Amino acid sequence: MIDALLQVDDLRVTFSVGGREVRAVDGVSFTVDPGRTLAIIGESGSGKTVCCRAIMGLLPTGTAIGGSARLRGAELLGLSDAELRKYRGSDMAMVFQDPARSLNPTMRAGLQITEAIRTHRKVTKREAETQAIELLRLVRIPAAERRFHEYPHQLSGGMRQRVMIAIALACRPKLLIADEATTALDVTTQAQIMELLLELQEQLDMALILISHDLGLAASYADEVLVMYAGKIVEQAPAARLFGSEGAVRMRYTRALLDAIPHLERPAHAELPVVGGRPPDPTALPPGCSFAPRCASAADDCVAKAPALLEHAPGHRWACWHPCENGVAS
Amino acid sequence: MSGKHSMNASGGQAAGEPLLSVRDVVQEFVVRQRGTPSRFISGGGGAKAGVVQAVSGVSFDVMPGETLGIVGETGSGKSTLARALLQAPRPKSGQVVFRGTDLTRLRGHKLLQARRHMQFVFQDPFSSLDPKWRARSIVEEPLIAYRTGDRPARRKRVDELLDLVGLDPARYAKRHPRELSGGQAQRVAIARALALSPSLIICDEAVSSLDVLIQAQVLNLFEKLRGEFGLSYLFIAHDLALVKQVSDRVAVMYLGKLCEVGPGDAVYREPLHPYTRALLDSIPSTEPGAKRTAATLKGEPPSPIDPPSGCRFRTRCPRAVEQCALEEPKPRELAPGHLVACHFPLSQPAPAITGAVPAKETVL
Repeated sequence: MIDALLQVDDLRVTFSVGGREVRAVDGVSFTVDPGRTLAIIGESGSGKTVCCRAIMGLLPTGTAIGGSARLRGAELLGLSDAELRKYRGSDMAMVFQDPARSLNPTMRAGLQITEAIRTHRKVTKREAETQAIELLRLVRIPAAERRFHEYPHQLSGGMRQRVMIAIALACRPKLLIADEATTALDVTTQAQIMELLLELQEQLDMALILISHDLGLAASYADEVLVMYAGKIVEQAPAARLFGSEGAVRMRYTRALLDAIPHLERPAHAELPVVGGRPPDPTALPPGCSFAPRCASAADDCVAKAPALLEHAPGHRWACWHPCENGVAS
Repeated sequence: MSGKHSMNASGGQAAGEPLLSVRDVVQEFVVRQRGTPSRFISGGGGAKAGVVQAVSGVSFDVMPGETLGIVGETGSGKSTLARALLQAPRPKSGQVVFRGTDLTRLRGHKLLQARRHMQFVFQDPFSSLDPKWRARSIVEEPLIAYRTGDRPARRKRVDELLDLVGLDPARYAKRHPRELSGGQAQRVAIARALALSPSLIICDEAVSSLDVLIQAQVLNLFEKLRGEFGLSYLFIAHDLALVKQVSDRVAVMYLGKLCEVGPGDAVYREPLHPYTRALLDSIPSTEPGAKRTAATLKGEPPSPIDPPSGCRFRTRCPRAVEQCALEEPKPRELAPGHLVACHFPLSQPAPAITGAVPAKETVL
């Protein structure tokens, strides 16, 4: 039995917006094993990013965070910035969606990498430079020595994201969180970056959390998939169990997400199966299942009481009173 | 100009006059030493002055009631092409014949009148809609601009339009864009585009910024409107799966040129251009068996300031040989309505010596 690298238990994040309480993350628990890939899937506002930012300690002060998140047994929640700095960068790192906004436009790419190295390790400037160029090579940037001296605006979107990954990998973290890291990129560049991440994962024995709205990405690259809706996990299973012709999707929201993905096999002009409405107002969540107002199969019990997230089959958790049969919506 | 050298086959559509006929459209921009847009700087580092060949001789037709999808990556020139059709800015050369009139020859009032039947829906409704205006005024504006009806008639039309795109006028007409969700704001943008009863709607990444469930709702709305009003669409996006789903025909664009045009199913099932194949292989699949065919395309697109000689895709093409560098491939119709600009299309065996022919700058 391997010890979990990251263990999150009953994580709760509550913001106060205009005096009203927003439960952005509401009792989320999951584990990430060393070297594995977990995809957290959900729409805008589902709480997937807030969840990971809470773990990284990147939420604004004054946010109420409850529960526990342990990295190799050490509690992360409630640590001061100074204490967190021991973990951030060296044990866990994060890559964000928009590399153009994450990089400092007035600073040469190379210096932004050496800065990350020298923040965490006592090395000379010269050594840090050598390491930075090695990192640029590691993320497959051609002519690394020249790129080292270039500014972010001189790099393409894909190159910038590679620089961001180089910075995140500067101290060889054991856990890398990629928050929509390929969403802003072209599909061919996305494929290149995902290949790169998986190769590096193997090379560095690193665990990966992919935060995305794209179930297709999860199916192609993740070991484990976790679907969030309105701050809660609604379904979690190994990717192999969830997708494909034998797919065993149970929760109707996951099914809806899967059906809405543009499909090459679908004939042109075919009407897409859609669910109406929008995610609920986070300040006024319904008492029952959050998805019930949009769910075609919702019954009285769904509105009355929220289903708990239970492990109904080995490794497969879902929260639904009336799950799909054999993965097909009835 | 028409005939076999243009990608203008109508793909088995009923014979008749095309609604939009685009011939050899060229759009170029001069960039100066300073302030060069970063994405146009070639691998050599440092800015250089030159001419960005954003769109280089693109030809196609859109028939009445037809949806033509244009797919391409960032920098392929697909958005520049869309704007060139609107004459904003006017293309450097070529013809844009819309409902029998060449828009490139019109100016002023005549251009405005000719263009009212061609409307645009952009990617981000929050930047294309004026944040200070209410939904009602946004939808009403084109009616005022074209002096359509009096105030009560216009208001009635606005309510109809909002209703048509699935927004209850009583609830949404008075809202500002910021009081709407992304999907609702995009519906307002669509209502505005429909106000003047256009015959062609150009959608430039119109659903790309929406969540997948909302995206499906908006796509269904586009389909409903197509059926009700016999609309034609020019549907531009970077996502081939999305484009294929809504389009009768699909055109693939790379570095300012069309490399393949054909019926959607044929392009997907029997792609002829190696670039189309690479795009198809890059789409994440929800079939675990079809998992990861390893990144098929290496490197990045070359600079449109200094595009490769011959075939523009040759620097990244796994099948490229010397001929590809020397001679530009002309579009050929290999199956009914299915055209490709490639010396060695995928329907034929690969040439003897394979491997990308490097661009000039890397030969040094």
